[in-house]
Amino acid sequence: MHSFGYRANALLTFAVTILAFICAIASFSDNFSNQNPSAQIQILNINWFQKQPHGNDEVSLTLNITADLQSLFTWNTKQVFAFVAAEYETSKNALNQVSLWDAIIPEKEHAKFWIQISNKYRFIDQGHNLRGKDFNLTLHWHVMPKTGKMFADKIVMSGYRLPNAYR
Amino acid sequence: MGWIGETVDSIKSIQIRQLFTQAISLGMIVTSALIIWKALMCVTGSESPVVVVLSGSMEPGFKRGDILFLHMSKDPVRAGEIVVFNVDGRDIPIVHRVIKVHERENTGEVDVLTKGDNNYGDDRLLYAEGQLWLHRHHIMGRAVGFLPYVGWVTIIMTEKPIIKYILIGALGLLVITSKD
Repeated sequence: MHSFGYRANALLTFAVTILAFICAIASFSDNFSNQNPSAQIQILNINWFQKQPHGNDEVSLTLNITADLQSLFTWNTKQVFAFVAAEYETSKNALNQVSLWDAIIPEKEHAKFWIQISNKYRFIDQGHNLRGKDFNLTLHWHVMPKTGKMFADKIVMSGYRLPNAYR
Repeated sequence: MGWIGETVDSIKSIQIRQLFTQAISLGMIVTSALIIWKALMCVTGSESPVVVVLSGSMEPGFKRGDILFLHMSKDPVRAGEIVVFNVDGRDIPIVHRVIKVHERENTGEVDVLTKGDNNYGDDRLLYAEGQLWLHRHHIMGRAVGFLPYVGWVTIIMTEKPIIKYILIGALGLLVITSKD
């Protein structure tokens, strides 16, 4: 009952249990953080808008993205993954979500930013429904913790519209 | 030589009833582990409720050796979710993020494109020959939580199976020669 083996086993079990408990509490503490992120997206330019050889519409945009995601960071946050998606509906598809740009924000200091880029991923439709299409631009974020539960949320910005003709 | 004689004596002196008791206790431990695993499968609705990250394609968020807790609900798949999926013909699941979703009006079927955060291009190269989109039946679960470093135990045991055998052998020896 008092051999080295028993003592080592009891110590190890206790240590692992305490570690698991601490991880759970760290994750739980994330529920209490006050979060108020903000963002604005402007479409500066439609670079081109064409129908591809095999029939699908494709558009290239230049976006101006301003965001302040600093309030999302807690002591248990490893990084925040932010991305902008265009969301619209067509007659065939109830919902289309196309990610246009994403970024990994590793620290709170980098979470307040202003960036002007053309879309990182191609905005391609399934079909040719994009002329004159109204769509939303949504900034999504995914808070990845050092340990425990991950949180995700978004801000929806509506009122964007594609031109009526190809250019 | 005397040590060998002692071991042989101790093996000969094992009573059959004691041996059965020990075998049954071991069986109980293994079975309860299995019950917990199956219960987790039921609760999370996923075929494998816990997966180990094997590659660096989701760094710096998930490193090799981290474990992910999965959950699969009837909610529709949306962009930004981290999903675990199996490609037809491959048995190792892949954990990447959804970047494109096209959901059909009537049937609710969905076309999904994924990409690893740390990869340059999307996953079309990883899908089966001629496959452009993932469908719901490929997806095993969404990642909802994560623990760092714990998965290294599984990686070491899979890549160097000799360690697995040594561990099981040592455990077996301990069970046989322990006094209680």
